[in-house]
Amino acid sequence: MNWPAVASIYRFEMARFFRTLMQSFLSPVISTSLYFVVFGAAIGSRIDQVEGVSYGAFIVPGLIMLSVITQAISNGSFGIYFPKFIGTIYELLSAPINFLEIVIGYVGAAATKALFIGLVILATSFLFVDITIQHPFAMLGFLILTAISFALFGFIIGIWAKNFEQLQLVPLLIVTPLIFLGGSFYSISMLPPVWQTITLFNPVVYLISGFRWSFFGMADVPIGFSLLAIAGFCALCLGVIWWIFKTGWRIRS
Amino acid sequence: MDMVDIRDARKTYEGGFEALRGASLQIREGEILALLGPNGAGKTTLISAICGITQPTSGTIRVGGHDVVKDYRQARNLIGLVPQEINLEPFEKVANTVAFSRGLFGLRRNDALIEDILRKLSLWDKRGAAVKELSGGMKRRVLIAKALSHEPRVLFLDEPTAGVDVELRRDMWAIVEELRQDGVTIILTTHYIEEAEAIADRVAVIDKGQILLVEDKDSLMERMGQKSLTIDLTEPISSVPDVLSDYDLVLKDETTLVYSYDINAERTGIGRLMADLSGAGLYVRDVSTRQNSLEDIFVGLVEGDAA
Repeated sequence: MNWPAVASIYRFEMARFFRTLMQSFLSPVISTSLYFVVFGAAIGSRIDQVEGVSYGAFIVPGLIMLSVITQAISNGSFGIYFPKFIGTIYELLSAPINFLEIVIGYVGAAATKALFIGLVILATSFLFVDITIQHPFAMLGFLILTAISFALFGFIIGIWAKNFEQLQLVPLLIVTPLIFLGGSFYSISMLPPVWQTITLFNPVVYLISGFRWSFFGMADVPIGFSLLAIAGFCALCLGVIWWIFKTGWRIRS
Repeated sequence: MDMVDIRDARKTYEGGFEALRGASLQIREGEILALLGPNGAGKTTLISAICGITQPTSGTIRVGGHDVVKDYRQARNLIGLVPQEINLEPFEKVANTVAFSRGLFGLRRNDALIEDILRKLSLWDKRGAAVKELSGGMKRRVLIAKALSHEPRVLFLDEPTAGVDVELRRDMWAIVEELRQDGVTIILTTHYIEEAEAIADRVAVIDKGQILLVEDKDSLMERMGQKSLTIDLTEPISSVPDVLSDYDLVLKDETTLVYSYDINAERTGIGRLMADLSGAGLYVRDVSTRQNSLEDIFVGLVEGDAA
C-alpha cells in the first residue's frame, strides 16, 4: 500500500473543504436551524411527543442523518468527478497507486467532511432541544458507517456521471426522497398500516431507526436489522467499486 | 539498455477505432527521442499507454524493465508526464499542487527540491498564487514542475511547446538539457520539427498507429539528406542550356538555377558544374546551399506511406 499517496489525496481533499469552510460549515448549520424552527417549534408544538420523546428531540437523529447522507454523497461524488471534469485525473492514473488507494483517499476525505458536519449539527441541536444520548459509542459508530457507506455511494455516482446534471440526478431523484420518506421527521408507527409495510422497503428507514435507537433506546425496526442494512449497503458499494476498478469503467479508456 | 521497450502495442478504442496498430519502439536510456507524427497518428495514445492512462489492448510495454501493466508501480515510479492539455486544479496554490504530485508517488515532502524546480521554471514568485490566476504559459510551467516533482528517470513531454512563448521554450529546453546531463531519458512529441531537429538524438516517426521509422537524427538527415545549390546568374537566361542537360538543374526564375545533389554521393558534381557553367558562357554572381530539413523528410515519409 502506498500510504503516503493516500495521505496526499486525503490532505488535498480536506484542503478544499477548509478553503470553503464557510459554505461547507455554515450552510448545514443554517438549514438545520431552519428545520428546528419550522419542524421543531412550529409543528412540534402541536405534535408534543413521539413515543415518549419530545418531537424537537425526536427529529434530531433524522436531521443528522439527512445531512450526513447528503453531504457524504455530494462530497464523495464531487471529489472524483471534479478531476475527471477538469482533466487532472491523468495524474491519478499515471501515479504508482492502485484504485483502492484512490478510494481510501477520496472516500476517507468525503466521509470525514460528512462526519464533521454531522457532529456540528448535533452540537447545534443542543442549542434548541434537550437531549441525552443513551448509546454514544453506537451513535458514533452508526454515524461513521453511514458517512463511509454513502461517501462510497457518492464515489460511484462521481465515476458514473458524465456531466454536472447527472451528478445531481441520483441525490435529487432517489436519495433525498428516500431520506424524507425514511422516517426522518416521523415514526413509521404514525403511518397507516399499508404504508408501514411499504416503508420497510426503504433502506434509509433502517439507518434512521438504528441511529435513533442510539439516542433514545427506541426504534422502528430491530437494531440488528439496522446494522445488517448499513453493512449490506456498504458491502454493495464496495462490490460495485471493485468492479469499476477491475474494468476501468468510465475511468481508464 | 532500453529504458522504454514497446513491442507490438495495439489499442482499439470502444467503437472500433484503432489508435495503435502494432507499434514497436525501443528508447535508450539517457537519450532524447522526438516522436513525430501528424494529428491523430497515435502519439498521445502511445504515451498514454506507457503512462497508464489507457490500457493497451495487446502487446507489451516495459519501462526500466518493468511491465507497465503488471509492475505498474515500479514502472510509473520512473515516469514523469507533461500532458498536452493544461489540466490543473484551478483553485489550488502552485506550491501545493506540485507537492501533491510528489505525494502521489509516495515520496516524502522535499521542500528544497520543490523550491529548486519552481525557481528553475520561474515559478517561485508565484508559489502562493492560485493556479487560475496564472497565464497560459505559467500554467504550462506548473505542469512541468508537477512532472518533475518526483525526480523521474523518464520524462514524457506531449506537445510541450504548443502555444508557448519564446522565453518559456528557451527555459524548457534549458531544463531538458540539464535533465539529459543527469541521464534522464526524454521523449517529446512536437509539431515544431525544427525543435526535434535541434534537440533530439533520435527521431521516431509514427503514422496511423505504427512506428514508420526510428533513426539517429544525424544519420537520418544524412541518409535522406538532399542538398540544393542555388546559383544566381548575372545575366538572365530563358532555359537551361543544352550542354548542361546532364545535371539535375531547374531554372527557378530567369537568373536563378537550382542544382540538387546528394551530399553522401562520392562526387557531388559541383566543381564540374561550375566549370561547365562558365564553359556555357554563364557568369555566377552568388551561390548558396540548403540542406533538406527534417520536415521535408517527414512529409516525404508520411505522404509516401499514404500513397
